[in-house]
Amino acid sequence: MKFSLTTTALAGTLALVLGFAAPALADIKIGATLSETGPASFLGDPEAKTLKMLVEEINAAGGVNGEKIDLIVYDDGGDPNKARTFATRLVEDDEVVAVIGGTTTGTSMAIIPVFEDAEIPFISLAGAIEIIDPVRPFTFKTPHTDRMACAKIFEDMKKAGISKIGLISGSDGFGASMRKQCLEIIGEYGIEVLADETYGPTDADMTPQLTNIKGKDGVQAVLNPGFGQGPAIVTRNYAQLTVGLPLYQSHGVASDGFIELAGAEAAEGVRLPGTALLVAGLLPESDPQRAVVVAYKDAYEKATGKPVSTFGGYAHDALRILVDAITRAGSTEPSAIRDAIEGTSGLVGTTGTVTMTAEDHLGLDLSAFRMLQIEKGGWKIVE
Amino acid sequence: MRLSSKATTLLILAAVIAIAPVFFPSSYYFRVGSLIFVNGLAVTGLVILIGYAGQISLGHAGFAGIGAYACALAPVHLGLHPALAAVLGAALSAAIAFLVGRPILRLKGYYLAVASLGFGILVSMVLSNEAQLTGGPDGMAVPELGLRAVLKAIGIDLSNTEFWYAFSGLVLVIGAWLALNLYHSPTGRALRALHGSEVAARTVGVDVAHYKLVAFVLSAVYASVSGSLLALQNKFITPDVAGFMHSIEMVTMAVLGGAGSMLGAILGAAILTTLPQVLTVFQEYEQLMLGLVMMLVMIFMREGLLPSIARRIRGRAE
Repeated sequence: MKFSLTTTALAGTLALVLGFAAPALADIKIGATLSETGPASFLGDPEAKTLKMLVEEINAAGGVNGEKIDLIVYDDGGDPNKARTFATRLVEDDEVVAVIGGTTTGTSMAIIPVFEDAEIPFISLAGAIEIIDPVRPFTFKTPHTDRMACAKIFEDMKKAGISKIGLISGSDGFGASMRKQCLEIIGEYGIEVLADETYGPTDADMTPQLTNIKGKDGVQAVLNPGFGQGPAIVTRNYAQLTVGLPLYQSHGVASDGFIELAGAEAAEGVRLPGTALLVAGLLPESDPQRAVVVAYKDAYEKATGKPVSTFGGYAHDALRILVDAITRAGSTEPSAIRDAIEGTSGLVGTTGTVTMTAEDHLGLDLSAFRMLQIEKGGWKIVE
Repeated sequence: MRLSSKATTLLILAAVIAIAPVFFPSSYYFRVGSLIFVNGLAVTGLVILIGYAGQISLGHAGFAGIGAYACALAPVHLGLHPALAAVLGAALSAAIAFLVGRPILRLKGYYLAVASLGFGILVSMVLSNEAQLTGGPDGMAVPELGLRAVLKAIGIDLSNTEFWYAFSGLVLVIGAWLALNLYHSPTGRALRALHGSEVAARTVGVDVAHYKLVAFVLSAVYASVSGSLLALQNKFITPDVAGFMHSIEMVTMAVLGGAGSMLGAILGAAILTTLPQVLTVFQEYEQLMLGLVMMLVMIFMREGLLPSIARRIRGRAE
């Protein structure tokens, strides 16, 4: 009795799995594994909404090369192991021709081997430079790297004649990684770090670290690589201590939420690199990105009723790059799509103008960032 | 000739693992299968701890984390072969389980649950924060095991997913065989005795604290090996493997299927591993579902799914 029961139960489980295998027909199948829920949902949720919205738009306008896009989105909850399983499923079971996704660096790095083995083009939406450096043939990404943000900030400092700075960084993943990237390239700009302080991601007061920096002779500006609430607290403490030096924040806090959290008064004069999307309404008519970012912002806010975010913009760019590549390739053969993505040239997205090469699978330059300054609780482009 | 229950269990397990691929429409199912075996191995360890000895641990993902990161770190820093690194991870897990368990298991009640909970969270915090060593929350790469290349050289050419299906399936059968042997050994009888009643066990001369420790250390080794298998299979690892939710998942798998029955616990692992793949739209409610499943099983099927259903059917047949 026990024997047959166990077998039935196991067979039942198996049947449950198999029943799910019925593949859909035709169309261009594009897959995505995103962190719609879980700790990274503030990134993954706008990404998924953007993809769904844009695919509907494209299909309503007749699709790509006359074929409709069939978008398959899985939610990995930010768990790299689940992402890996969904990636395998997209490749082996759904038989997609290309994949967008990997909301976080962890999930992206976990799924890259799947696509490299299967030779399916993959466009990641995560920040880390490791994803495209060293270059892997089938892996691309859309968000600019921390290193580019550092370069943008140092360029601005150099222009202002600043050569000695204090550094205060968060010890979380983002802060630590950006600090490392900044220190790697700081020498090229002839800038010297006189004080190097850190704070924990949940610290509620950074006055001691800032007092140390304030007490160092010769510091001309302060840079704060960080993410979340930390930089807002740094900004408040900075104003309370009346340090009186220029304060630079990172692209990690380039959002209206940061100004709210820090308070318009304390944030006055803070500089940071941000994307065109953040200041869509302020871009001059002549700006090449204006049409793209305004169109995306309006469409997204109309479709979801929520303010547009930089992260959704990454998904927007990934899909545009992919659709552009499929159109130019005139084929849905994964290897043909890969070659076409590598040949992307002058494509205007929300993060910048993308031109890829065999050595550069990101395709953005420093113009991707706008140097912004906070003034009276709003943004101002300073270039 | 009647087969012993041990042989029956192993035969069923081996047969299901060997025959299931016939029904796989694509190699994605090999991936799901190998995940079931990896989870099943960790759950087999929990059968020893929960089912045999009646103790509960809420931090076994910590040991999985140690096993996983041993495979990532030891080859880089100590130059060990990944397979040896997995052995090192298992030894380290056993040593830590011994140190954590020794003072705790002298106490009665739920102290082990609380202490292991703290231990698990500690491991995942260390893995997330020691970024220069572990890569932090972004994770780190794990070297290739290399066994597939060896098999290819002798003429057995398997795809990556097929190889991991076969390999983790084999490890699971070996793990289940060892655990079943333990069940019928003097140690196993001592464990079951203290599960029934600690006072009675002590009266007949069972060193209760010692045997609880044995069960805890053994189950930690199982969790560690399952973590190593996961790391080697994915060739990439992040601190999520040691996360609190992973610990809860393991216990839920064991309790859902039936912690007292080897096949039941593995069935629990199979159900909870495939469920998120079947119900992809419910991802948001996964943790809620885990809690609900756990509660319903505890209230209506206290022995777990498989033993309860088996009893009901047997009752009807009579």
